Amino acid sequence: MSAIVDAAAPLTPSGNLRRRLFVSQLVSGASILASFVAVAVLALVTYDVAKQGASALSWNFITHNPVGLAGGGIASAIIGSTLIIIFATLIALPVGVLTAVYLTEYAKPTSRLARALRTALDLLQGVPTIVVGLFVFGLMVVGHGESGFAGSVALSIVMLPLVARSSQEVLLLVPGTLREAADALGVARWRAILTVVLPAAAGGIVTGAILAVARAAGETAPLLLVDSLANPTQTQLLIFGHGVPNIPVLIYTASNLGIPEAQARAWGAAFVLLGLILIANIGARLALARYRARLGQ
Amino acid sequence: MTTLPAVGTSTASVSRGRTRQRRTALVDRAGSRGLLGLCLLAGLLTVFVLAEIAYQVIDGARPAIAHFGLHFLASPAWAPNFSNLGAATVLFGTAVSALMALVLATPLAIAIAIYLAMLAPRSLRAIVGPLVEMLAAIPSVVLGLWGVIVLAPFVQRHIEPWLHSTFGFLPILGAPQTTGLSVFTAGLVLTVMVIPIIAALSRDLFLTVPRELTEGAEALGATRWEVIRGVVLPTTVSGVAAATVLGLGRALGEAIAVAQVIGDGSKIRPSLFAPGTTLASKIAVDFPNTLNKLHAASLFYLALILLVIGVITSLIAQAIASRFDATRLVTR
Repeated sequence: MSAIVDAAAPLTPSGNLRRRLFVSQLVSGASILASFVAVAVLALVTYDVAKQGASALSWNFITHNPVGLAGGGIASAIIGSTLIIIFATLIALPVGVLTAVYLTEYAKPTSRLARALRTALDLLQGVPTIVVGLFVFGLMVVGHGESGFAGSVALSIVMLPLVARSSQEVLLLVPGTLREAADALGVARWRAILTVVLPAAAGGIVTGAILAVARAAGETAPLLLVDSLANPTQTQLLIFGHGVPNIPVLIYTASNLGIPEAQARAWGAAFVLLGLILIANIGARLALARYRARLGQ
Repeated sequence: MTTLPAVGTSTASVSRGRTRQRRTALVDRAGSRGLLGLCLLAGLLTVFVLAEIAYQVIDGARPAIAHFGLHFLASPAWAPNFSNLGAATVLFGTAVSALMALVLATPLAIAIAIYLAMLAPRSLRAIVGPLVEMLAAIPSVVLGLWGVIVLAPFVQRHIEPWLHSTFGFLPILGAPQTTGLSVFTAGLVLTVMVIPIIAALSRDLFLTVPRELTEGAEALGATRWEVIRGVVLPTTVSGVAAATVLGLGRALGEAIAVAQVIGDGSKIRPSLFAPGTTLASKIAVDFPNTLNKLHAASLFYLALILLVIGVITSLIAQAIASRFDATRLVTR
């Protein structure tokens, strides 16, 4: 083979290479532009919500119940949403974590039951939330009426696959050497799980749960079906047996009314909701990153 | 486990030690069974909930299935007061809005993933990546509120007239309506919801491409785009497809934001700028005030279709992903 390359030639791109570099730069530019668009949309939505919401927001707005279409505040909805989510978490967290413990600590990864469980969790995550709402409606509302607790159950079903998945990931991060050390000391499996593995994973499990709560907090579709008939002028401290006012349904109904005063209240509520969700997200992400780093991943 | 008693210990303390050991053994046996039982129970509860969802939805839909049968799927009518109901309009709107979202979101999301995985400097990557994912954290009801008050009027005033005057010869870009509540606006809102899903998954996939492959291509003189097209995309194409299917599932199942901006149209219209309706949004709009039993049952019928679609998209995504590599997609 003879050398074709002329060693004396200057190192400048020829016509063909110039075209290839141009295409490459074009793609780079396009991908930068796409990322910019995505971030801009987030900024735009957040800005609009903050701008419109801030004008509605006041101490009165958070601490008083609504009066008429536009007056007062959203205290009853804030309290209602908080209670509904607390109960949803009380259901979803233990079930999700125990499922994750079974999948990571007990089942062989290839066992048929483990595979079926994993598929079930994935399918549950793929079920549209409005279908979850109809399910809970058929299960708990038909014959009993709407209730805040039915909303909790619906939200817990939305949270369950998220909690199970994030817990699974964290449990897999716990070093095997910890389990082996417990085994070597003759500690029974269940004691090792409860006193060694779960405490080591606790931080990650909690942050995963916070992300799931942030997701469920804005979930509207199920609540619209099972917990939308409530008197917002009354604060409900019990969520059983009757409808409980909540933030997502408040925003949804107000956005459909087309009345500026009602929309102002919706913006205010959206500001509160979005603010809490974004803060929870940022906090949980930072905590998760630090937690991962500590486990040496 | 037995421990030898030290020389000189009294027999009493030995027997006390034995009883303690025996008690520990008993507690351990009960505890290990108890915890395993609890874990199994939790797992089975998940499966049970899934089965129960299917049962409740089918049970609720039974009157409508008995009344309309499979003809329901092809009938475009939606007149609950005349008990004349069908899913064709709804299915059409669902398909069009989801398709539009996917057509817009997939290239954008892949471009974002390319930027995040290969082009962005480390410091920017750590900021832009979470911000893109944060887009998925915006609750659909807040996005819908923004869509109906900010986006829809803007689209109606600026984007729709321009598209109509430029590409008006296409029947899908008809004359703009008086409100911006249209399939087009719904498609845009869905695009915003789908982008973070596809982008985050694709970025994680691109990051798994072995260094030797990309560096090998670079050493052969490939430009950045040639590395992406020739090495990165081919090795991850099935995973990206799975991510796209997951995004599709999200777009098909979104109820609230779509219900807020799509305008609840009742006819099949070719134009994207006309109001429409989707499976999920129809349920959200109609369910709180159903007229009669058949109406409610028809909404359950729609939910059944939605459930079947949701399960199929999940299974397709899983099948693609598992053929690719099961462990890679789990990281999210």
